[in-house]
Amino acid sequence: MSQADLTVDEHSTGLTIGPVFSIPTKKLAMWLFIIADTMTFAACLVAYGFVRNGSPDWPRPFHSITNVALMTFILLTSSLTMLLALRSARMGDKAAAFRWTMITAAAGILFAILHVREWMALISEGMTLFKNPWGTGLFGASFFTVTGLHLTHVTGGIVALIVVGVRYKGGRYNADDLEILGLYWHFVDLVWMFVVPLVYLLNLAH
Amino acid sequence: MATAEAHRSAGIGKDLAVYLCLLVLAGLQFVIARQNIDASQMLWRMLAVAIVEAGLAVRFFMHLGTEKRGFALFVVIFTVFVLLAMQYGWTDSSRMVIGAPFSK
Repeated sequence: MSQADLTVDEHSTGLTIGPVFSIPTKKLAMWLFIIADTMTFAACLVAYGFVRNGSPDWPRPFHSITNVALMTFILLTSSLTMLLALRSARMGDKAAAFRWTMITAAAGILFAILHVREWMALISEGMTLFKNPWGTGLFGASFFTVTGLHLTHVTGGIVALIVVGVRYKGGRYNADDLEILGLYWHFVDLVWMFVVPLVYLLNLAH
Repeated sequence: MATAEAHRSAGIGKDLAVYLCLLVLAGLQFVIARQNIDASQMLWRMLAVAIVEAGLAVRFFMHLGTEKRGFALFVVIFTVFVLLAMQYGWTDSSRMVIGAPFSK
């Protein structure tokens, strides 16, 4: 074997030893997805801020913060229940892990229902993607885009929680899979922390 | 996932404390929203609170703090760099509102 072959061999061995950053592949994939998704949400929020800053007749249609406060509470609490699911799974308590995962999914469903109710109220007041009775039509487009993207993520998360929870209970998935799903769910919660002040609270009617 | 194991076995107290902190910070955003200050001041205050919230969530809920240091640095540096790079267009947004023409 020549020196060149040895060098190539060392390199190829070096490239295949263990996962990158010593993190399991599925978990790394979820982190990379989260980074990419962060960019998507950030781009939407920056675009929203851009048109809001550039529009003199930007509407402030929100009179009550009760609904959005309740939604925030539910989503934050669902992050805690997700942590409890993972903790139970790590301790080997499958029944509790499944129960907490389903409670998290139920909280997600409740959040989605409140979100849709909020949308329906705005639509009934005459707001669409392109026009609204209060000011620039860009408001509807940016509001529905940002909140719709988040709601899509919540909906996907609910489906994933149910599927992974059931498969975990059935023995096809393990605690690591629940942890990876938890990363996604916490990320959805994290994004909401920025959506609330930028899209709702800055547009409260005074 | 061995490095995260020690953190997870630390008990539920820390998770509950972080959850309560997040609730308080979220509540603080609602208080700021009711203050009689101008929109830009309100934006900066709310963003500051949101960044602290995000930091807590990433550090404790997503356990980034207990991952390998190199990975945590990769995530934070890469993400923050791209987020900052996205801010280049604000001057143009202000140009729109004051009606200044494009430069020749």
